Amino acid sequence: MASEVLIQARGLTRRYGPTVAVENLDLTLRQGEILGLLGPNGAGKSTTMKMLTGNLAPSGGEIEIKGISLRENPKAAKRHLGYLPEQPPVYPELTVDEYLRFCAGLHGLPAGEIGAALDSAKRDCGLTEVGGRLIGNLSKGYQQRVGIAQAILHRPPVVILDEPTVGLDPIQIREIRTLIAELGKTYSVIVSSHILPEIQAVCGRVMIIARGRVVYHENLSALQDQAAQIIAEFRRTPDIAELGAVLGVAAVEGMGENRYRFTPTTEVDPRESIVEASVRNGWGLIELHAQNRSLEEIFVELTSADLRSAA
Amino acid sequence: MSAVLSIARTEWRRIFLSPLAWAVLAVVQFIVGFVFINLLLQYAAAAGSDESMGVSDYIGGSLYGFATILLLLVMPLMTMRLFAEERKNGSITLLFSAPVSLTEIVLGKFLGVLGFIAAVIVLLALMPLSLAGATHLDWGRIAAGLTGLFLLMMSFASAGLFVSSCTREPTIAAVMSFGLLLVIWLINILAFNDSVPFKELFGYLSLIDHFESLRRGVFNSADVIYYLLFSGLFLSLTVLRLDIERA
Repeated sequence: MASEVLIQARGLTRRYGPTVAVENLDLTLRQGEILGLLGPNGAGKSTTMKMLTGNLAPSGGEIEIKGISLRENPKAAKRHLGYLPEQPPVYPELTVDEYLRFCAGLHGLPAGEIGAALDSAKRDCGLTEVGGRLIGNLSKGYQQRVGIAQAILHRPPVVILDEPTVGLDPIQIREIRTLIAELGKTYSVIVSSHILPEIQAVCGRVMIIARGRVVYHENLSALQDQAAQIIAEFRRTPDIAELGAVLGVAAVEGMGENRYRFTPTTEVDPRESIVEASVRNGWGLIELHAQNRSLEEIFVELTSADLRSAA
Repeated sequence: MSAVLSIARTEWRRIFLSPLAWAVLAVVQFIVGFVFINLLLQYAAAAGSDESMGVSDYIGGSLYGFATILLLLVMPLMTMRLFAEERKNGSITLLFSAPVSLTEIVLGKFLGVLGFIAAVIVLLALMPLSLAGATHLDWGRIAAGLTGLFLLMMSFASAGLFVSSCTREPTIAAVMSFGLLLVIWLINILAFNDSVPFKELFGYLSLIDHFESLRRGVFNSADVIYYLLFSGLFLSLTVLRLDIERA
């Protein structure tokens, strides 16, 4: 946790007229982290990323990149950023090499380093073979890679990728995913997506945004530790009131054939007490396991509840 | 500064990668060449009848005077894409998220177009140059005409750049900048109307009135400053326009 804070956003708010796209969002990104931004369509993911990269001025709040305020000193702050927007920002009439050379110039790379930067970015993104081809003639997947190459060309500490796998075929998606995981070893990455397995595959930390607010923010490892529900099966039918009274159980419901689902309280893991209660009362416990909540369940629960309350 | 040059170089390259630039250059060259030959024939037919009119007057005066109208028609086509197309295909994000200021972006684009304008000027200079071996030319007069055309096109480009930054449709940018330029061009007709108050002011604001003295071979710094101010105004308006876009 001692690693350097690269992005610090506080109270980020963005309004489009009367519509609030993002409200009071806090975000911290540390060195060597891959943060996943999840949310249904229109939740404010892209708006957040546009604000973080200086493409959109926030209506309220502050963004600091490596301790430099994006509002007061945008040029210095943007030096540490690489950004791939939803649509790869490429010029179809240029070749890959010409385009990347232009990007290197934009980021002020010294002339002597441009060649080496181009080579390593192309190698990282699997573009070595297509350097001389026109971007307009490349497939969507390759154009996306050119977009990623553009974002990492100047070796920025922070790489922000907005839905990097949209419109790609399954094999390309896997390749891009591997690339992102690879990037995460050297850079700090923020990835947005509404595809859950993608986030689960590459990210260390997730932030779920719904209707412009952060509704969930947790390390993925914490998600695995947290036993959300406990399933137990007994040989004889226990008294449901007694089951509910077991220490650490917040709620219990029958699933039929002597199977029960327990929702634990947040403080105590009730599994031990369930075993003790079963022995004491002679219920004959034959199965007991904790069911981890998947990201998908959390996502559906948080975002659909939100939609219901809005409706 | 290197970012400005980087943007300018790429913009210049992209202009010449599109067939539009070559088509425009070809059409301009063909039409101006046609008028050029016609003027030469006229001059040859009337040779000696008017001692005060030399061949340089024909080229510097009539030919370059005619070229202004043609350039008014084609410059909006060359500036329409500058920002509109970038916005349309999303590549403008590249410039906005790079560590360059809006002023640098605008100057870079503008310099890129100036590169195209330089090509037009070279092509227009070729015509009197073809006569250099055969007759004596008043080079100062022709240089003044070309300077005037350069300044005029620079003003067209800056206004076109601004209009292009206001929309995402290149064709709308072309129509609107043509309209804007024509209005500023024609504003001098108010100067001939006695019922209009401050009528001299409108004559002074018009784009074409300042070309008149350069066309006649008079290099008046006030005219040059007018064109520089005109371009500066529209370039700064473009910076403001792009800044509003992020807010």
